[in-house]
Amino acid sequence: MNRYTRERVAGVAVRAATVLVLAVMAIVIGVTLARGGRVLLANPAIVVTPPGSRYMLEANGGFLHAVLGSLFIVGPATVVSMVLAVSTAAYLQSDYSSERFSDVTNMFLNVLWGTPPIVYGVFVLTVVIALGARTSMFYGIVAIAIFQYPIMTRYTDEALRSAPDTVREATYGLGATRFESAVMTARAALPGIVAGVIMGFARGVGDAATVLFTAGRSTRMPGGLFEPATTLPVLVFDQATSFNAEVRSHAYAASFVLIVVVLGLILASKLLAGRYARFAPGGRNS
Amino acid sequence: MTDTVLETENLAVTYTGDRRVEAVKGVDLAFPENRLTAIIGPSGCGKSTYLKALDRLHDIQPNVEITGEVYLRGEPVYDTDEPAPEIRKQVGYVPQEPTALPLSIYENVAYGLRIHGLFDSKDDLDELVERHLRKVNLFEEVSDRLDAPAAGLSTGQIQRLCLARSLAVEPDVLLCDEVTSALDPISAENVEETLAELAEEYTIVMVTHSMDQAKRLADEVVFLYLGEVVETNDVRSFFEDPQHERTKRFVSGPTDDEYAVSDAT
Ligand SMILES: Nc1ncnc2c1ncn2[C@@H]1O[C@H](COP(=O)(O)OP(=O)(O)OP(=O)(O)O)[C@@H](O)[C@H]1O
Ligand SMILES: [Mg+2]
Repeated sequence: MNRYTRERVAGVAVRAATVLVLAVMAIVIGVTLARGGRVLLANPAIVVTPPGSRYMLEANGGFLHAVLGSLFIVGPATVVSMVLAVSTAAYLQSDYSSERFSDVTNMFLNVLWGTPPIVYGVFVLTVVIALGARTSMFYGIVAIAIFQYPIMTRYTDEALRSAPDTVREATYGLGATRFESAVMTARAALPGIVAGVIMGFARGVGDAATVLFTAGRSTRMPGGLFEPATTLPVLVFDQATSFNAEVRSHAYAASFVLIVVVLGLILASKLLAGRYARFAPGGRNS
Repeated sequence: MTDTVLETENLAVTYTGDRRVEAVKGVDLAFPENRLTAIIGPSGCGKSTYLKALDRLHDIQPNVEITGEVYLRGEPVYDTDEPAPEIRKQVGYVPQEPTALPLSIYENVAYGLRIHGLFDSKDDLDELVERHLRKVNLFEEVSDRLDAPAAGLSTGQIQRLCLARSLAVEPDVLLCDEVTSALDPISAENVEETLAELAEEYTIVMVTHSMDQAKRLADEVVFLYLGEVVETNDVRSFFEDPQHERTKRFVSGPTDDEYAVSDAT
């Protein structure tokens, strides 16, 4: 094979792989949107209607309980995780931490990142049992927060790392304290941090394994922090395995909501990042 | 004649990272008030290292050893109880890379004033920001978009913004590290003109690669080679009648290429 033939073959292979991936993605999103869209259009109220007492059997009512469950679990989890992640990353990138410590921590974060979410679920469940408690929204929040933590820390760490060193030097040169300088570096890194937080939220909203047996699987409206609750991905699982065809069709509607939310969040993170990037050194011009 | 603003006594800086680099080896220099001193020398001879040491900027990274002393208006800079930020406030430092803080144009200049609380009222702050933007000939260019992100300016404008930002905290001396080397020729000329104007009322220590720039701007010239001062003199004598063999070769040499020990930055 001569080098130009090889080049052409490689080019075709790369393009074919890209097309394949895009096609699969388009089909997944397309089918969900089409099928879910049809169900939703026929009866949009199911998203905002609480479930009836025999929802899983008779499909009476809607799945507002899971929409709210997702919000009430993933929202607080994201806030908790964000605080922890930003602090960790800021500490790792600051002058307080040694290079060695940062390296070791980063290795642990990578391990955490790669851990299957179900493991977090089991871990939290173990804690729940050890405490003699029962599964509830609270433990769902804990599990999701643990799941999001490495994701957000990595994003934030990358963002802080890529903030130019010159910003640090410039602020120190003006007589800024370490803290003031760190704040300015964080500002320079804001697009990346915002993207990381939104990404963490999106991943949290989409994950079923972590909440599967930590939040409990309720078919009622969320009743309180220490009451069981269900989230959209868990609901989709339950719906999809139901005997009732109408409930099964609701699975598409719920998937539709999920996918729209997640895609919307990712889009929002890109837009926000672009907006902040205007202020960041080397960012897009206004 | 003039007072000495800044002075170093046997100042030595050693990087103690993976390998030991004695970047600055015992430098004695004095920088007189309201003069512009240019530090020239081949790439890697320790110019930036020396300049940063004057502002205690090496303190922010580990693996740097500093001996000797720097005196700012007679007061020691290293052997002192004053916190480093207070010292750094009195010494302005403009890095080689034009660096806008992730803030608006206005807030870039206001930054130093804000962290040190150097203004009385919003009007006062407005006035100070405008005055310092005018000093670097930038106000006319940006007066209609003071609240726009500073990152949107051209690199030459950003570099002048950096000068304004440093001047706003009223430092005793301004350190400039090759402030024109990252700029296109026209922006470089603008910045150079600004420096020439500032030189009349400020004490400036400037590192430069360009012999011509030193000739145009400097009152005093220091020739640094491998971390040591080879020669220092006023600009005319330095270029017209260099005392040392090495200076002669550097000044008249084709370029500094033959001396370049590391990549030019
Ligand atoms: N952080 C560092 N760690 C280790 N060695 C360093 C570090 N910074 C600079 N050096 C070394 O110290 C020496 C002096 O570097 P410095 O940047 O002060 O030179 P310079 O005269 O400013 O060069 P240039 O004209 O290229 O800017 C060089 O040999 C350089 O490799
Ligand atoms: Mg340099």
